[in-house]
Amino acid sequence: MGAQLRVYKRRIRSVSATKKITKAMEMIAASRVVKAQRKVAASTPYATELTRAVTAVGTGSNTKHPLTTEAETPTRAAVLLLTSDRGLAGAFNSNAIKAAEQLTERLEREGKQVDSYIVGRRGVAHYNFRDRKVAESWTGFTDEPTYADAKKVAAPLIEAIEKDTAVGGVDELHIVYTEFVSMMTQTALDARLLPLRLDEVAEETRSEGEILPLYDFEPSAEDVLDALLPRYVESRIYNALLQSAASKHAATRRAMKSATDNAGELINTLSRLANAARQAEITQEISEIVGGASALADATAGSDR
Amino acid sequence: MAAELHVELVAADRQVWSGEATLVVARTTSGDIGVMPGHQPLLGVLESGPVTIRTSDGGTVVAAVHGGFVSFADNKLSLLAEIAELSDEIDVQRTERELERAKAEGDAAAERRADVRLRAAAAR
Repeated sequence: MGAQLRVYKRRIRSVSATKKITKAMEMIAASRVVKAQRKVAASTPYATELTRAVTAVGTGSNTKHPLTTEAETPTRAAVLLLTSDRGLAGAFNSNAIKAAEQLTERLEREGKQVDSYIVGRRGVAHYNFRDRKVAESWTGFTDEPTYADAKKVAAPLIEAIEKDTAVGGVDELHIVYTEFVSMMTQTALDARLLPLRLDEVAEETRSEGEILPLYDFEPSAEDVLDALLPRYVESRIYNALLQSAASKHAATRRAMKSATDNAGELINTLSRLANAARQAEITQEISEIVGGASALADATAGSDR
Repeated sequence: MAAELHVELVAADRQVWSGEATLVVARTTSGDIGVMPGHQPLLGVLESGPVTIRTSDGGTVVAAVHGGFVSFADNKLSLLAEIAELSDEIDVQRTERELERAKAEGDAAAERRADVRLRAAAAR
């Protein structure tokens, strides 16, 4: 076998192995997307009921709560960025990070100091590499987040927002995550969690012009709101974590699918090149044989004379 | 037909139970409260405790609920809990072991959770 042909054969073998791996990863990601989507759906009843309750308290009482009132001059803001622990997901992480950076820039232009909170090893690595300060970070659960994880993430954020800005608290809480629109579309977006914009929340829930009843609060509107808002933040963070996980798996699936397709294409091209090389080798061998035979024939013909 | 109210018992990550009921008893921070059809709109903070739902076909559903809210409006009652388990989902032996461990470690929150679970399981 000629040297060139051997090189082609070797490359085809290695590309086929890669293709098998990416194909397997694609299928794993596809099954995980379905699972993650199911989790998003399972968490929806709780989230909608909670949103309804928050709207009910917010609009049904004149209670002032630090989590719903905007500071007159907000000076500090917290940004929670959700990324994944593992890569191989196309532009998933870089899009989320880019969105977070744009948000940070915007907030800083507005004269606010920004504290970054990060979920996921990719985001942490990005910030560490650039020597940026990270207030707190969590890793290890981005593939399958549980409600307990969301609680863990929410706790320091709620604590920060309840503290006075002078002693390290924050006035605003923003979240950057990747929304799962469909299998093919996932968009990184930012949202302000706190202070709550009650009119916005109300719009989400009140679909067909439903009028909220006048509730009786037990024990009191303030206490209900006190207990409700942290839960609301937790549930929003939980939802964002789940959506990010689903988006990440969808992005991985897509990236792995195109990797598999590319590998297939590469194998095709390489096979053609290998075939051409083999053919060239054969042609050369034949012409060598023919050339040798005719030289031999010429030589014997000459000696005969 | 007796008056009914629609009950949704949802935990943070799943829907636990939903159906029609004639009476729901839950523990709020200011005491036990019973809700029957036609109750005034209500929003309350729940304590860890068992929730009893008397279903319209005469049966009883008991669930252990840890932290959450109860809201009632338009004959629809929602029980939102971070963790909620129906009594027949509770593994009594495991919970007893948890209770022992919580007592040994002096973990008051875990002890209360286990206690609530056991009480809910006993009521089935």
